[in-house]
Amino acid sequence: MATKKFMFVNRKAPYGTAYALESLEVVLISAAFEQDVSLAFIDDGVYQITKGQDTTGIGQKNFSNTYKALGDYEIKKLYVEKESLEERGLTQDDLMPLVWEDEDDDWAEKPSIIMVNRSEMADVMAEQEVTLSF
Amino acid sequence: MKFTIMINEGPYQHQSADSALQFCRSILAQGHEIFRVFFYHDGVNNGSSLSVPPGDDRLIQKEWSELSKENDLDLVICIAAAQRRGLMDADEAKRQGFDSHNMIEGFRISGLGQLIEGGIESDRTIVFGD
Repeated sequence: MATKKFMFVNRKAPYGTAYALESLEVVLISAAFEQDVSLAFIDDGVYQITKGQDTTGIGQKNFSNTYKALGDYEIKKLYVEKESLEERGLTQDDLMPLVWEDEDDDWAEKPSIIMVNRSEMADVMAEQEVTLSF
Repeated sequence: MKFTIMINEGPYQHQSADSALQFCRSILAQGHEIFRVFFYHDGVNNGSSLSVPPGDDRLIQKEWSELSKENDLDLVICIAAAQRRGLMDADEAKRQGFDSHNMIEGFRISGLGQLIEGGIESDRTIVFGD
């Protein structure tokens, strides 16, 4: 099967709607197809990977740990838009330190989060062959 | 050109189901091929056989069903999304121990891999959603 550049664009907060949870389910399935997968976090989507999520008050499953497992699925390009963070009073320190292990470098942990500005994000999106937006 | 279409919103609540239907009709009329239509999130409700809108309104599910029949379309409903939302075909209902099912003719239930395969096999993948 051909390899294509897939991008999953996450635009919504992790809770409040099912988009983030169900997007993650598609991302995990895509890993089994050995595609060139990347994720984009823009708008309220940046909240999906913030630290310290606590869902006890809303009676829903906290699935934020699943993002930490993405590296194990060879999904290691998580583009985060700087402006989206800034507009929400967030910085990269508010995000989970997501990493992947580089087997060619003695399994060194390397950051998966790639900070880009809005125009760089547009460039990355333009390179994609399949863009699924959630 | 070969297309895969993804629909992420339910009928009536959101324009995207109507837009997708119109888009599919339009590209078929222009001679393009639809590899697959994949229904996800609340989009799975486009496959319900139990919708009864007022008589002067369109019946979106039936329009999908007929479009599928006329053009031999592959309409796929995501099983995980459908299970959450109570939509199932006869086989799935039997497997789950229910005595009724509610999927309209022309759709089939399958997994998310069908969406990824659609993206790989098609020239364009178009998402209709919020």
